[in-house]
Amino acid sequence: MARKAVATKTAQSNVPEFTKEQELSAYREMLLIRRFEEKAGQMYGMGLIGGFCHLYIGQEAVVTGVTMASRKGEDAQITGYRDHGHMLVMGLDPKGVMAELTGRQGGLSKGKGGSMHMFSNEHRFYGGNGIVGAQVSLGTGLAFASKYRGDNTVSISYFGDGAANQGQVYESFNMAKLWNLPAVYIVENNRYGMGTSVERASGQPDFSKRGISFGIEGEQVDGMDVRMTYDAAKRAIEHARSGKGPYILEMLTYRYRGHSMSDPAKYRSKDEVSTMRAEHDPIEQVKQRIIEKRYGTEESLKDIETEIRAIVTEAADFATTDPEPPASELWTDVYAPA
Amino acid sequence: MPTILMPALSPTMEEGKLSKWLVKEGDTVKPGDVLAEIETDKATMEVESVDSGVVQKIIVPEGTEGVKVNAPIAMVLGEGEVPGDAEPSSAQLKPVDIAPVKVDAPNTIPAAPAGVPPVAILEVASDPDLPAGVEMVEMTVRQALNEAMAEEMRRDKDIFVMGEEVAEYQGAYKVTQGLLQEFGSQRVIDTPITEHGFAGLGVGAAFAGLRPIIEFMTWNFAMQAIDQIINSAAKQLYMSGGQVTAPIVFRGPNGAAARVGAQHSQDYSAWYSHVPGLHVVAPFSAADAKGLLKAAIRSNTPVVFLENEILYGSTGLVPKVDDYVLPIGKARIARQGKDVTIVSFSMGMRYATQATEKLVAAGVDVELIDLRTLRPMDTKTVVESVKKTGRLVTVEEGWPQGGIGAELAAVVVAEAFDYLDAPPTRVTGKDVPMPYAANLEKLALPNVDEVIAAVNAVTYRS
Repeated sequence: MARKAVATKTAQSNVPEFTKEQELSAYREMLLIRRFEEKAGQMYGMGLIGGFCHLYIGQEAVVTGVTMASRKGEDAQITGYRDHGHMLVMGLDPKGVMAELTGRQGGLSKGKGGSMHMFSNEHRFYGGNGIVGAQVSLGTGLAFASKYRGDNTVSISYFGDGAANQGQVYESFNMAKLWNLPAVYIVENNRYGMGTSVERASGQPDFSKRGISFGIEGEQVDGMDVRMTYDAAKRAIEHARSGKGPYILEMLTYRYRGHSMSDPAKYRSKDEVSTMRAEHDPIEQVKQRIIEKRYGTEESLKDIETEIRAIVTEAADFATTDPEPPASELWTDVYAPA
Repeated sequence: MPTILMPALSPTMEEGKLSKWLVKEGDTVKPGDVLAEIETDKATMEVESVDSGVVQKIIVPEGTEGVKVNAPIAMVLGEGEVPGDAEPSSAQLKPVDIAPVKVDAPNTIPAAPAGVPPVAILEVASDPDLPAGVEMVEMTVRQALNEAMAEEMRRDKDIFVMGEEVAEYQGAYKVTQGLLQEFGSQRVIDTPITEHGFAGLGVGAAFAGLRPIIEFMTWNFAMQAIDQIINSAAKQLYMSGGQVTAPIVFRGPNGAAARVGAQHSQDYSAWYSHVPGLHVVAPFSAADAKGLLKAAIRSNTPVVFLENEILYGSTGLVPKVDDYVLPIGKARIARQGKDVTIVSFSMGMRYATQATEKLVAAGVDVELIDLRTLRPMDTKTVVESVKKTGRLVTVEEGWPQGGIGAELAAVVVAEAFDYLDAPPTRVTGKDVPMPYAANLEKLALPNVDEVIAAVNAVTYRS
């Protein structure tokens, strides 16, 4: 049932090829996430961002490939608290995201949500959810709405290897299969649920198999290669959209930073991190291909880099100069207008 | 055991119909044989023989309505028994009082004992928009809730009902009866036993613009789902800076049922009323149940709608108007008076009403307020009343600490301190998990005498 393609080993044989446009687009998207998150990390260190701040650095290929495979703005997406990258790829304004991180009035949630709570009806991005695993039931509800309306959209729910052990995930799998909902579940397996490795937390560490008892197909995917995440997501989304019901993709990925900014990540070795960075970095992989295939030059990629840095700098400037929300905002948005 | 007693189908059943006898006098029966069929307005059940023996006498003929639970319905002569033994002893005949409350609030309870005067204290006075001379239809709270959902579902196809046993089974408590037949399985959806999951699924569907009605078989089981209710539904609008609404109704029976023990008998009123971003509604009468559920379904704010199993079968008059929608957040003055203010809601209103009848008869001019909505709470009406009476007694089934009464006391002390002639006084459920034993359960719940005693204390009559 579960097609097992441990992509780090089999990647060479069946890797889909990207066009020039796809390679450049993926490069740009992933680089934006990387530079944005690096900046957020800096700003956190400067005390400009408070509370929890979970960076997506290292995992960029997952959301980038999946979003490229989806209908942007039509298909719903929802994730947990490691959500900055998802918003950027889905096209939300980096200024609004960064200003939310700094708790300013121009933030996507007017400064009232913070790092873990941002949403966009327009882009069909439903957060940004702080409770581990909750987004899986919510995302299943988005899929339910798609089917109820018959609007041919799908719902994509991202969750981590830690969340994969929450009970409501399986309640949701069951209902999604029972009602054949157009739900794509993306397990972002970055190997650690906070400080606990998958091996120390999971009886069945192959998360692509977690749907078997419900009759949900799953695949393991090299989550560091954007071509693989794209290709698998194409299959999964097509499966869901065509009325065949839910599908699980386990993306084998890695976060370079700690769980949150306050996590020193002493539960893993420096070697482990540096090996991943050196050999599997999702952005370096694309960059090398672009050069090799002459889709671009060192020079033209530098131009992209410069452009991205300008966007991030602009976002950071806005997020540090935009005023805090007025005190009157304390009392608004508690109850919806009738 | 020669006497066969009328069984209860549910902890709150008080009476039922003996619809059919499957044996006749003189028949020999053995354990497991079906003796009779009984039914209530929400279920039917077979009565099985426990012992072997001969059916000596059928006491209640088939077709009899209103057979009280625990009334003898037949006598079966056991092996070796002689007919003389079969006379039911007084101990066997004595009905076991399983209901926590004696049923005698006349205009809300079916089969009220004759002789209790129908007092006018529950007249709906403060609700707007009722044309003069409107026809009033008697119906149960259950029917009122059912009508509210059906009417709203006819109006808006984005509304669907989801929960355990809501469709094919017609509702665990028959509140969703007939909805599947009218609206089909796309809109009336049986779920697996998976509260956390389907509560979250409902909230997600609401994010996407649908208007789910999520039924919990009881609110006790919603504890599994409370994270989705509070963290996902209630906070969503605020966390999104006003962008994403969750127009969803979570509904089901709340509060003590009868003899079901601690895990199935508790009142969540105070729990949910604590949470900004929720509306919390807890109606008592059939009319309020209908008008407020319709309002809840139309609300763009998530609503926790707390029904009560014991009240489902109680009847009341509901105005026959095309669209009976009541305002959420408005208390109802059930009786105007000047001596003392009693404030309650949902099942507490039954104790409060009965106490009020007795107190009024004894010359105490009680003002009785039914909060109906717990959040937003109509404290203005309560404070105005206390300014007039100088005395406050609150009645609720929930625990005392951090309860609705505690909140009301705090509000009244803050806003009407100079008007108070006595300390605000709470009548609550006792500060213990609900016991199972009948006598202890009775002690754990508030009762009419406690309400009267509290009023006597604050009016210095005792």
